[in-house]
Amino acid sequence: MTALGKLFRTTTFKLTLVYLTVFALFAAFLLGYFALNTRRLITEQITDTVNTEIAGLSEQYRLGGIRRLVIVVDARARRPGSSLYLVTTFAGEALAGNVTALAPGILDNPGWTETVYHRIDETEASEHPDHNALVRVFQLPGGFRLLVGRDLEERERLYHIVLAAGRWSVAIVIVLGLAGGLFVTRRVLRRVDAMTETTRTIMAGDLGGRLPVAGTGDELDRLAENLNAMLERIEALMFGLKEVSDNIAHDLKTPLTRLQNRSEEALRTAKSESEYRAALEATIAESEGLIRTFNALLMIARAESGQAREDMSEFDAAEIARDIGDLYEPLAEEKGISLKVEADAPARVKGNRELVSQALANLVDNAIKYTEPGAPLLNGAAPEILVRALNEGEHILLTVADNGPGIPETDRARVVERFVRLEQSRSKPGSGLGLSLASAVARLHGGDLTLADNGPGLKSIIALPRGGPVQIAG
Amino acid sequence: MRTYAGIQGTRVLGHMADAQPDRVTMRLLVIEDDRDAADYLVKAFREVGHIADAANNGEDGLAMALDGQYDVLIVDRMLPKRDGLSLIGALRDKGIETPALILSALGQVDDRVKGLHAGGDDYLPKPYSFTELLARTEVLARRRGGRNEETVLHVGDLELDRLSHQVRRGAEEISLQPREFRLLEYLMKHAGQVVTRTMLLENVWDYHFDPQTNVIDVHISRLRSKIDKGFSQPLLHTVRGAGYMIRDGAR
Repeated sequence: MTALGKLFRTTTFKLTLVYLTVFALFAAFLLGYFALNTRRLITEQITDTVNTEIAGLSEQYRLGGIRRLVIVVDARARRPGSSLYLVTTFAGEALAGNVTALAPGILDNPGWTETVYHRIDETEASEHPDHNALVRVFQLPGGFRLLVGRDLEERERLYHIVLAAGRWSVAIVIVLGLAGGLFVTRRVLRRVDAMTETTRTIMAGDLGGRLPVAGTGDELDRLAENLNAMLERIEALMFGLKEVSDNIAHDLKTPLTRLQNRSEEALRTAKSESEYRAALEATIAESEGLIRTFNALLMIARAESGQAREDMSEFDAAEIARDIGDLYEPLAEEKGISLKVEADAPARVKGNRELVSQALANLVDNAIKYTEPGAPLLNGAAPEILVRALNEGEHILLTVADNGPGIPETDRARVVERFVRLEQSRSKPGSGLGLSLASAVARLHGGDLTLADNGPGLKSIIALPRGGPVQIAG
Repeated sequence: MRTYAGIQGTRVLGHMADAQPDRVTMRLLVIEDDRDAADYLVKAFREVGHIADAANNGEDGLAMALDGQYDVLIVDRMLPKRDGLSLIGALRDKGIETPALILSALGQVDDRVKGLHAGGDDYLPKPYSFTELLARTEVLARRRGGRNEETVLHVGDLELDRLSHQVRRGAEEISLQPREFRLLEYLMKHAGQVVTRTMLLENVWDYHFDPQTNVIDVHISRLRSKIDKGFSQPLLHTVRGAGYMIRDGAR
């Protein structure tokens, strides 16, 4: 594609052409109309003048006969810039006037005619052989003829001036329009080209690239700003994805390696059946852990893709809080933690009961896992977990508060992400997906998971809109 | 390489034999298109004393199941010629109510609901352990016997009244929390059978997710302390690697 071809193909240029045509046509029409009207107006003026003169002269003839008429016409004809006059006999013999060389036969037709003529008092006749005039031939009583007319040169000149002006203005409109169009198109094209260039480098893998913003705040700038924001988001997502795959690699490869090592070791060293059995049992336990991690990952993927929106129904979140509390209470007690549930008022919400239960179960499980039994707590209080279901405005809240070590504020946003387990907890059992799943479930319902300070300890809050996720139209 | 379609092994079979469940021979039909997996299941079921046949596609499976001579059908969801759900639907249309357990690689809540809707009686996502499959199959076969309708359940000298919600062992009355009652009720309904943790979570708590930590164990040990503590003959047994079983040990 040539540079010029590219220029002509742009939307801006095509638009310029359309506007140009419209404006040129409009200008031509306007000036043409003006020219025709001017001509018509001048013609009217001429006929008016001629009619008045004829009326005046025939009055003179009526008052004083042909003699008086000849005298008056002679006097009028001599005045500079006067009209054209001719008085003839019936035979066509001129008695008075200032014209000759009329087209033949003019005097035989009474009424209006356009004709060539020659003024008698004009010396340089040869230079203007073709004067045009609008004349009226009037039959006087008594056989005499009176011709009165006006030169048409002025009318024609004006008409031609207007026509020329019209042609010029159309030409100027076209030239300026084309030039302006090309200028604007090239400017836009340059910016679009710059954007295309950047986009190409981004597509080639340089996610750090950003579209140029001219700073004029126009529509291209706004487009570039929005695309930049989108690129920002994509880069963040890609970074997240990379981190996730690194973490998956770590969290899945480690048990897979252990699995392989143990199997190989058993093959190499095991002597008795019981040793083989022990090795196989360890292998199965390891693979169960792997399956757990996979299941959690699938669950998160499913919640994040929004598939589970189909099986939503109304249920009581307070009941879920009580059920989960009931499920985990013995486990907590065994670890010396007192688990309490405060969920007396019904908290009805539309959602996926199973997923919300699992999300809450994960939070409680985490709280139990990370509340150290017997460890001296800051205020010397007994380890305690409080599960609550609350109504708050348009939302229902499911909260799990513990008085364990908590999570440093700087890490709170991070732990919600997949696989993130703070270094100090890497040794604990679990897939590291509990909080991510809870967060994915909350988002699926159009709500969110927040982690707050319980002073001391951690307070996890799942907030869900009562009516379920807001359906985005379309 | 595809091996055994995600079945995790048979480590527990020996232990389960130790626990001596009241095992009745079942006739089973495994409908599974992966021949390795099908052969493995047939072999494993035969090892524990059941009679098992295999079909490798939906049409053959349907033809064999139409005889109605099987106690339980084990049906893979995705089968050549006719998928598992439509196979079960066709059987139910013909009035054959053989319990069917659906195996599926999909394994999500709504898939389970769909499977049970289509006439399946239980649902097990792949990968599963043979222990889990065996325990569920035995429960399905037993359900057919219809002993679930008894209002008073007995295991040894333990007695549970489903109407008055009273539990006594010998002369002693035992007071249980509502959830403990339901747990014991489920165990006693399946006395002599292995009940896995997942089965308990599904049937007593109505949850189908993985609670990460083995919360069920703690509930069982609480229940055990109430019904077995102070008695010479324990009734609630742990089947290592599989689950739990309530059984009259004196018999």
